[in-house]
Amino acid sequence: MSNILEVENLSVSFDGFKAVDDLSLSVEENELRCVIGPNGAGKTTLLDMICGKTKPSAGRIRFDRHELTQMIEYTITRAGVGRKFQTPSTYEDLTVRENLEISHPARRGVFDCLFFHRSADVDRRVKSVAGDIYLGEQLATKAGLLSHGQKQWLEIGMLLMQESRLLLLDEPVAGMSAREREATAELLKRISKGRSLVVIEHDMGFVGSIADRVTVLHQGKLLAEGSMEAMQRDERVIDVYLGH
Amino acid sequence: MALTGKPALIPPGDASRGSDAPGQAAQSAQAANFSWLALGVLALLLAAMPLALDAFRLGLLAKYLCLAFAAVGIVLIWGYGGILSLGQGIFFGLGSYSVAMFLKLEAAAIAGSGSALSQFYGSDLPDFMVWNSVEALPWWWVPFGNLGFALAMVIVLPGVIAFVLAYANFRKRVGGVYFSIVTLALAAIMAIVIIGQQGYTGGINGITDFRTLAGLSLDSEGARHALYYITVGLLVASLVVGRWIVASRLGKVLVAIRDREDRVRFSGYDPALFKAFIFAVAAVITSIGGALFTIQVGLASPSLVGIVPSIEMVIYAAVGGRLSLLGAVYGALLVLSAKTFFSEQFVEYWQYFIGTLFIVVVVFMPTGLAGLAERLLRARRNGNKR
Repeated sequence: MSNILEVENLSVSFDGFKAVDDLSLSVEENELRCVIGPNGAGKTTLLDMICGKTKPSAGRIRFDRHELTQMIEYTITRAGVGRKFQTPSTYEDLTVRENLEISHPARRGVFDCLFFHRSADVDRRVKSVAGDIYLGEQLATKAGLLSHGQKQWLEIGMLLMQESRLLLLDEPVAGMSAREREATAELLKRISKGRSLVVIEHDMGFVGSIADRVTVLHQGKLLAEGSMEAMQRDERVIDVYLGH
Repeated sequence: MALTGKPALIPPGDASRGSDAPGQAAQSAQAANFSWLALGVLALLLAAMPLALDAFRLGLLAKYLCLAFAAVGIVLIWGYGGILSLGQGIFFGLGSYSVAMFLKLEAAAIAGSGSALSQFYGSDLPDFMVWNSVEALPWWWVPFGNLGFALAMVIVLPGVIAFVLAYANFRKRVGGVYFSIVTLALAAIMAIVIIGQQGYTGGINGITDFRTLAGLSLDSEGARHALYYITVGLLVASLVVGRWIVASRLGKVLVAIRDREDRVRFSGYDPALFKAFIFAVAAVITSIGGALFTIQVGLASPSLVGIVPSIEMVIYAAVGGRLSLLGAVYGALLVLSAKTFFSEQFVEYWQYFIGTLFIVVVVFMPTGLAGLAERLLRARRNGNKR
């Protein structure tokens, strides 16, 4: 299989602190990758650099045929990289339907938006995505009124609407009930068919249930990479993160 | 919820009862700020005013309505785009001076080749140029002798200047309070330049003493009524355009930008472009108000350009309710009537009353008159249900 994402020798420092230090990794197409590691390991910073929120000080990020370090946030998004943030970031004053509609990738120019008519096609897509993310009944609800877990789902749904080919998800089950976690695991497994996912998560049970492969970061560097079982046996990983 | 959607004339009560149904509830908040019935009532009310008011009061009302254009623009950029501009006087001034230059040149050219003074000095230059020993018409005044050009400039100048200014700032991610300060400074600079360049701009006195518009006298009752109706018509048109933008997908993106600009980039939009666009739309609407003001009041003045008038325009929108396009019109009418009333009754203290009004609205009614009206309607509806 070919790699959809290749990160090479990536580094960034904040005021002399190396948040990510000479990191290289690659993600295959249709892969569901989990990134774990202790606080401050550079997990979120890595996603920030891939999606353009933070500019790396050195290194390269190749996505498909694009060199992402040369691009800015919205062009990276248009190229097919979707980002879900740690705290759910939906448009709270808009309805679920509007949140999804706004994420539809076809028309992002000013006049496109002014003359936008909701086509049957877009409408079908909105409804199908809403169904996927368990919000089929909440289309007309303002995002601000959703529960915390539903907001997380909505943000994932927005990435699906965007037709992102690489989804970067930062703690998608934080603050969710056990049942919501299960539903989310099921959702992520379902959507990883035909897309690649990079998921940051602290919940080891959750990681074990979804990950194809796991990457462990420690102090901005790659510590280990492999299957969840292999990581759970790895001495270094147990030392710095999983505990004895 | 779109322009093309529901039938136009649903009484507010019925419309919102329908909105209790699932699927509508969330949209009612924004829709309630603009019902077509309310717009119709406003238009009819304004259209009937020439029958009810004497010439002096009608003149005042026309003046207020011209300033209401600025308030409508501020609702678009501040209420929906989250951009607080403290420099809308700039754009009011651009429209105002564009037509003032045309009117002045016409006044100088007609009336037996110039005004009395011009004749006295043997020149058909505008009078203030003669007083300031300007000997030839500056090159950039020349095209404004053409009515079509002057009217085009009412749209083009503010549109282009606002877009370029806003895009340059927003692209560099200068936003929020910093952008407000930039607009404030530019308003001050424009007023200072106008005052300083007396020979070319009329200085502190502004440009005044017009006679005709394309040969038609501006003094007759017929002309005043016609201009008043044109003002009402264009104001209603601005409201309809504003409503169209707010209800379109563009309006949704603007709300998204207002609430979470950073996130919008990751939805694949360039927020700078959207903010610059709506800023330019508001500038053009404001400029049209400025042009109508000058034609009807007979004056273009730096006192309508600087910081004080710019902030007053924000007060109209805040009092009317910054999410309500119609509220902006009522806000402008209320504040300006209060200003006239207080300045007649309390010559020395009236500004304190306006300041107090502003503070009371901001502290106790953050959604302004529109929010108050909405709450009253809802209370009555609930009363009916019981």
